[in-house]
Amino acid sequence: MLTIKNYVKAQSLSEAYELNQKRTSRILGGMLWMKMSNASIQTAIDLSGLNLDVITETKEEFSIGCMVTLRQLEQHTSLNEYTSNAVSESVKSIVGVQFRNLATVGGSIFGRFGFSDVLTMFLALDTQVELFNAGIIPLSEFVTMPLDNDILVRLIVKKVPLKSAYLSHRNTKTDFPVLACSVSYLNGSYRAVIGARPAKAIIIDVPKELLKEDDLNKNADIFAQYVAEHTTTGSNMRASAEYRLHLVKVLSKRGYLQIEQTTQAGGKKK
Amino acid sequence: MILSLILNGKPIKEEVSPDLLLIDFVRSHGCYSVKRGCETSNCGLCTVFMNGKPVLSCSMLAMRADGSRIDTLEGLQEEAKEFGAFIADQGAEQCGFCNPGTIMNAIALFRENPDPSDDEIKEYLAGNLCRCSGYEGQLRGIKAFLQYKKEGSK
Amino acid sequence: MRYINQPIRKKDAMSLVQGKPLFLNDLARPDSLIVKVLRSPHANALIKEIKLDKALKVPGIEAIFTYKDVPNHRFTLAGQTYPEPSPYDRQILDRQVRYVGDPVAIIAGENEACVDKALKLIKVKYKVLPAILDFHTAKDNEILVHPEENWRSLCPVGADNKRNLCASEVDGAGDIEQVLSECDVVIDHVYHTKANQQAMMEPFGTACYIDAYGRLNIFSSTQIVFHVRRIIANALGIPKSQIRVTKPRIGGGFGAKQTAVSEVYPAFVTWMTKKPSKMIFTREESQIASSPRHEMEMHVRIGAMKDGKIRGIDVYTLSNTGAYGEHGPTTVGLSGHKSIPLYRDLDAYRFAYDVVYTNVMSAGAYRGYGATQGIFAVESAVNELATKLNMDPVALREMNMVRQGDLMPAYYGETANSCALDRCLARAKEMIKWDEKYPCKDLGNGKIRSVGMALAMQGSGISNVDVGSATIKLNDDGVYTLLFGAADMGTGCDTTLAQVAAECLNCDFEDITVLAADTDSSPYDSGSYASSTAYVTGKAVELACEKLIKRLKKYSAPILKRDWKDLEFDGKRVYYPETDESVSLMDIATGSMCGNTQALEVTVSHSSPVSPPPFMVGMVEIELDKETGAFDIIDYVAVVDSGTPLNPNLVRVQTEGGLVQGIGMAMTENIQYDEKGVLKNNSFMQYKIPTRLDIGTIRVEIESSYEKTGPFGAKSIGEIVINTPSPALVHAVANATGVWIRELPITSEKIVMGMLKQ
Repeated sequence: MLTIKNYVKAQSLSEAYELNQKRTSRILGGMLWMKMSNASIQTAIDLSGLNLDVITETKEEFSIGCMVTLRQLEQHTSLNEYTSNAVSESVKSIVGVQFRNLATVGGSIFGRFGFSDVLTMFLALDTQVELFNAGIIPLSEFVTMPLDNDILVRLIVKKVPLKSAYLSHRNTKTDFPVLACSVSYLNGSYRAVIGARPAKAIIIDVPKELLKEDDLNKNADIFAQYVAEHTTTGSNMRASAEYRLHLVKVLSKRGYLQIEQTTQAGGKKK
Repeated sequence: MILSLILNGKPIKEEVSPDLLLIDFVRSHGCYSVKRGCETSNCGLCTVFMNGKPVLSCSMLAMRADGSRIDTLEGLQEEAKEFGAFIADQGAEQCGFCNPGTIMNAIALFRENPDPSDDEIKEYLAGNLCRCSGYEGQLRGIKAFLQYKKEGSK
Repeated sequence: MRYINQPIRKKDAMSLVQGKPLFLNDLARPDSLIVKVLRSPHANALIKEIKLDKALKVPGIEAIFTYKDVPNHRFTLAGQTYPEPSPYDRQILDRQVRYVGDPVAIIAGENEACVDKALKLIKVKYKVLPAILDFHTAKDNEILVHPEENWRSLCPVGADNKRNLCASEVDGAGDIEQVLSECDVVIDHVYHTKANQQAMMEPFGTACYIDAYGRLNIFSSTQIVFHVRRIIANALGIPKSQIRVTKPRIGGGFGAKQTAVSEVYPAFVTWMTKKPSKMIFTREESQIASSPRHEMEMHVRIGAMKDGKIRGIDVYTLSNTGAYGEHGPTTVGLSGHKSIPLYRDLDAYRFAYDVVYTNVMSAGAYRGYGATQGIFAVESAVNELATKLNMDPVALREMNMVRQGDLMPAYYGETANSCALDRCLARAKEMIKWDEKYPCKDLGNGKIRSVGMALAMQGSGISNVDVGSATIKLNDDGVYTLLFGAADMGTGCDTTLAQVAAECLNCDFEDITVLAADTDSSPYDSGSYASSTAYVTGKAVELACEKLIKRLKKYSAPILKRDWKDLEFDGKRVYYPETDESVSLMDIATGSMCGNTQALEVTVSHSSPVSPPPFMVGMVEIELDKETGAFDIIDYVAVVDSGTPLNPNLVRVQTEGGLVQGIGMAMTENIQYDEKGVLKNNSFMQYKIPTRLDIGTIRVEIESSYEKTGPFGAKSIGEIVINTPSPALVHAVANATGVWIRELPITSEKIVMGMLKQ
């Protein structure tokens, strides 16, 4: 059972950061994962009083506070317009509404979980994270960093030209994904992100020059083949490595076909 | 630590342990409708409203509700009775152990979306497990209730 | 009829939907000691040493018990009629632990925190022994799960602990080898089902206290109050007179609570400390240390002629009872005795089985109780036969299925006196538009739609064993109290049995108050399992009401100065029809409380020499993604014959609920152990029961027959409803892809990998 000695509702990020430098401290996200653990926490640090539960939008970017819930992501009109509903698609299968009302973007991303739909989704976008101490860095760099005592303050999603799609395969409709796949045409480049391999999501940037066939389906096959060749999969209780690799091809092909039929969003309107 | 919140309309101020979960807090205040069916945030039996939004009280520290309004089925007896009668008329309440969580979340759905489609009902309630009814009777009851509300408002 | 076959609202419905505190953990005394157990991390081990000193020093700890503190005789936790077919192979705590999760110590303390702390401070040294984790290797293995000398089997079920056998038998008629050798086609396959969890929403739980007379009171979420009394008496070695067992509302059972999973631990604590205690299982404990379905592997051979005539069925079942034998010898029987009789006029059949001990969690009773496993195997084989014969599987059923009036040799020689299976099949076929849809249709977008089907049967109580009793008494004001020992676990029997009483007594439904179940005040009942309550206890209620009416007439005879046989009762009065002289029920009730020597209260016990099967047909349409192998249920139709439905709403919801559990078993509910015997599916996060998004549309219709031995023609409904989804879905998948899945669950991975191999 999780035990907590002290609970502190932080008055400022710097206070939270100070408190979090002790190894026995933890920042509370949605707490859904932490609650299932047997951790003994000296100080639990709550960021919920710091107005970090809002999504703001400018001409150039979305700024998504770390305490924004998955339900907020799901329902955010403009973010979903920009991503052709891919963001909504990426979270709507996560357990249920009550769960998504608690689970936070910050918790989902900071944990860098292998099964994470949210991480898989945002890696397909031009996403940066703002860390309290380390500052702003690309999400793709953040995922490779070891867990530390910094605080993830917000996500920044640049509104570069984008077509995006999100697909997943699940054994039941609200289970963890057997495989998660987001495909994007981002700033003129093709990208696939494969999550729940079951290891952490990886990015595969697919060279545009490979996709030069006239036939859309042929290009899709090339795209899928390339993604599969650059993905390693593993086995766990939900599926085998072999089946996952099969799904990599099927889902990335479908994702490619889907974005090729999508109108581009973001960037400067012509 | 001192927790102060409004539970079913009544202000409470009380010393609590930092790792006390909201479910255990509300049950200690007589809100026995709030049930624990799992430890992994999957069953939905512990659903309560925090500031009007349905959340899983088993997955939340009571302290996080500090300054909030918490509602359980004990505070929504009239709505539970009015809507629950339609579930009862299907025989779909069955063992009843999942009912409070499901009814709470259904009330949240009706407030958010008074005229949901079948798919919207199923999606909104997907986090509420039931092992007895097979869900069909609950759906029939919900639809009969929505029809009754529609006719009542004409 | 006023109340029979009427959709009456359940008596407890409005309290339940309003979330009233009616369940065990809502009602247990707040001063109860919290009881938990330390569980074994090893699949097979001997305890060398247990150090309790540090744990006992934790403030708030009341007591810690180990195997040294408990009686050293064996008993079974199975809720069955004495002498139980399940072997006496358990102690409350044992020096040998036999699966990962087996209790090692019982800890009682003032609150959860101190008990959790103490749990961590108990130091145990084990001698780890090799374990049997693969049930194929259990029989005659040199590793023995129960080597102990005081292991006992009370009934001749072919058990032998020195061979790891919990039961073994061969039954049959005719020369099966000869008949199969004469057949044009023989289907020969092995089918495998997993140890599915009942996963009722309320975990196991029990609270205990000592009453004014010094007796042990056990308040438990159980289907079997009377069996629990015996089990606890056996376990603690105390007289049954010292024990009372009662139950609150039960948050679902499905057979899980037909085994005394949680009762012995707090009972022992309270008996030893004389303090109130309670034990509420976590979901994890409910998943890893409980009483799930028996894993079974069935080798089926079915022989038929070219024209489709089925001539012989041979079933060999290997059943895995796990570390202990609860329900092991009996569940297995249904895998043959309730699957083979679906087919008539067989020239021969054989049904043989072995039930083996292994070092995994003990199995128990789960809705369907072996029939589910056997029907999956036999119905899958019959569907495979249809494909091999190139014959419509419906036509194959029409030619071979059991019909009303048939003698069923493989069903204990009973006759199908009430059977609407033919009408169920015709109606299901019509509902799903079978002829248009069989076998499949390619939608041209990578998706394919296909259909599948299965028949099912079950029983209604255990013939010549189950006892149902009812006490009905007239109170002040002319209202009645109905007492019985069956357990409403959400199924609605408090309501349906009251419907039977109200119908018989011709009174208002509200005038029947129900009280159940309490070993001190209820008349004896075996308990609510084996699809017995409506059929057996329902009949007892009917008979009790008849007897009470007779009693009312006898009471009124001297008042009306007539022979009681000439009197009539219309629900409101006893009267003499010729003159219409009468005495009102109210006057009888009031009068009976003054100077009266005739109790206006009767008790009737009932047992049935037969167990009439309900019948059912399930048909399903699926849409399958040919690339991922994923499929969705589009439409599930089920037509069920449960005799007269006492309450059509409750029959419908039972059916829908059972179908969804069956769908879970078929599609998603997997049981996986690691190489050390640790169960991986230990939560609702890892054991996926269906949500409302996973089931498609389910349509249920009722085709009634009339069972003359049941109350108002009723048979059972509770269990049969889980039996069709697994074979029907396997069939639909095969019709879409050509891949026959013979090991559940049917995952998209198995389908695609099967397709890629073709």
